[in-house]
Amino acid sequence: MSAEVEETLKRIQTHKGVIGTIVVNAEGNTTLITSTKVDYAGLLHQLTMKARSTVRDLDPQNDLTFLRIRSKKHEIMVAPDKEYLLIVIQNPSE
Amino acid sequence: MEIVHVYTKKRNEFGRQCNFSDRPAELHVDILPDPSLASNFIERDPCDIPIQCTQEMSEHEVNTERFESDTRGINHVEGGWPKDVNPQEMEQTIRFRKKVEKDEHYFSTIMQLGSNMEHCIKQNNAINIYQEYFEEEEVVEESEEQPSAKTINVFRDPNEIKRTATCLSWHPDGSCKLAVAYSSLGFQNISPDMSYDSYIWDIESPNKPEMTLKPVSLLVCLEYNPKDSHILVGGSYNGQIAYWDTRKGSQPVEMSTIEHSHRDPVYKVIWLQSKTGTDTFSASTDGQVLWWDIRKMSEPTERLVLDPNKKGNLDNALGAISLEFETTMPTKFMVGTEQGLVVSCNRKAKTPAEKIVCTYSGHHGPIYALQRNPFFPKNFLTVADWTARIWSEDIKESSIMWTKYHMAYLSDGCWSPVRPSVFFTVKMDGTLDVWDFLFKQNDPTLSLKVCDEALYSLRVQDNGRFLACGSQLGTATLLEISPGLCTLQRNEKALATAMFERETKREKILEARHREMRLKERSRSEQSKDEDTKEGDGEESVEELATRTEAEFYEIVEAELKKRAKEQEKKFLFDIRCQGCIHLEGAGEEVRILFQIYSRMTQLTIE
Repeated sequence: MSAEVEETLKRIQTHKGVIGTIVVNAEGNTTLITSTKVDYAGLLHQLTMKARSTVRDLDPQNDLTFLRIRSKKHEIMVAPDKEYLLIVIQNPSE
Repeated sequence: MEIVHVYTKKRNEFGRQCNFSDRPAELHVDILPDPSLASNFIERDPCDIPIQCTQEMSEHEVNTERFESDTRGINHVEGGWPKDVNPQEMEQTIRFRKKVEKDEHYFSTIMQLGSNMEHCIKQNNAINIYQEYFEEEEVVEESEEQPSAKTINVFRDPNEIKRTATCLSWHPDGSCKLAVAYSSLGFQNISPDMSYDSYIWDIESPNKPEMTLKPVSLLVCLEYNPKDSHILVGGSYNGQIAYWDTRKGSQPVEMSTIEHSHRDPVYKVIWLQSKTGTDTFSASTDGQVLWWDIRKMSEPTERLVLDPNKKGNLDNALGAISLEFETTMPTKFMVGTEQGLVVSCNRKAKTPAEKIVCTYSGHHGPIYALQRNPFFPKNFLTVADWTARIWSEDIKESSIMWTKYHMAYLSDGCWSPVRPSVFFTVKMDGTLDVWDFLFKQNDPTLSLKVCDEALYSLRVQDNGRFLACGSQLGTATLLEISPGLCTLQRNEKALATAMFERETKREKILEARHREMRLKERSRSEQSKDEDTKEGDGEESVEELATRTEAEFYEIVEAELKKRAKEQEKKFLFDIRCQGCIHLEGAGEEVRILFQIYSRMTQLTIE
């Protein structure tokens, strides 16, 4: 099973433009860091929590499925789940 | 139907007490329904009757006391590890990680999230979702909107006793901070409780100033160093210059010595262009312009006395109220004086006499603002008395363009740094005027009442979008002007150039004509002097002159009266321009005569 996980993550990492991948657990500590700074984990975790609570405040039956932050330099994509967060930083093709 | 009741009482029974008695009910009137009346009415169908059944509410307003809020942030660096795991120990963390990775839940989650993520990544790689498709068709929308200005923030003087905000200076990079100098310019208006502090405000927080500057005496003017944004120089009411470093605190780093400073309040201080970035110069109403190097404040590096006779005599000197320095022309600078003259000076002249190059006269009062147009450095704006004038360097006799005389005194003005034809002025009745002389010349394009008290200072930010004005009660107001007034229009530079040239040419022609006329007068009076041999050396005394002109006047009046008796009503209007200031319309002959005499007298007395 873990091989599949490894394979999936590796596939993600080898996509064009991907700079790094992080998996964060519910408490906010990282379980898998690949060539990116630790800062992302804590900050993005808080931001995702905030985004999720905003979505649910607006409509209690709604929930956050995906969060994308596009900045000048790159794009941060966060796929949230109840317990884990998958974060990918990509440099989108211009 | 009339129903009448008659009550009768005998006269001798008046005043008697009333004895009430019971009696049975009596039918007085019985009105039966009359169906014939129904024909006067029409039945209404349908009937609209609104009914409301709600709770009764009352409206109240409550305003809470100001709540001071502060923003803080926390950065989560490392944490969230369960109790038994010590984050410092590498082994433990790795073990924990491995344990989590084996979790079932972990697998399924990651697979699912992974596929989601891949989808988005591929999306990103496939197409740029933020691509501008219609970039070239950047519509140059000539905003048909009305020019407007909006107040963004108001910064009030936190002290009890309010002082005037006399000078404002924007922070050189980014313009997120505003330094305001507070002082009291009224004569002997300073009470002992008045605080001497001046403040640096952060634009975003109007409740509390970001930093306080504590000088020894009230600061009249304050400037940020354009090269080093931590350094500010200020001129104070007692004539001293001081400079601050914001990294070092509120006290001035160094102050100039009293013996060598100005003797009057320092009204303007400007940073100069130099390699070290530490040179400034200051002007004051004591008639001196002093140059300083802030590294050595004990003595000014250079001194200039504004003596119009170029003799360096301090008693004759004109008091300076404003200074102008343009970094593109580092050897020239201009001084605006209390007497209404603008003096243009050359810094590199060898002798003090040559320093003062020329003067421009035309204002009636102290020149509060003086600035060159950032796009056309040959033209400069002066704001004084009740007008604002635009001058050209070549024409020394008068300004090339001027506004009408306003009802209130103008106290400050400046050009817009982005549009060559726009400038701003503030008045003592609290209004801000925005002038665009390519659009309208007689009136300001936009006139806005900022506050009820007088406005004393004005400063535009470098992007031309924001401006700050300071008032008499120490309130600095930050305004944003509409984009139409701060974006360069299509042909603006060309049109402004054309306008300046045209006005300059017109003034040149007028100047030439004036000179011609004066020359003619001079030659005529020379001739008449030669004829009058009685006069001797040619210096006429005033009395003789007066009697002669009086005699001439009466002669002419008599001759004219005779002519008039023959002619009928002949009214004609004419213009007389006398020395560029007075502009009169007159009807009739007598006025013309008086002015002939007047102009002749003035011509002769000048010589």
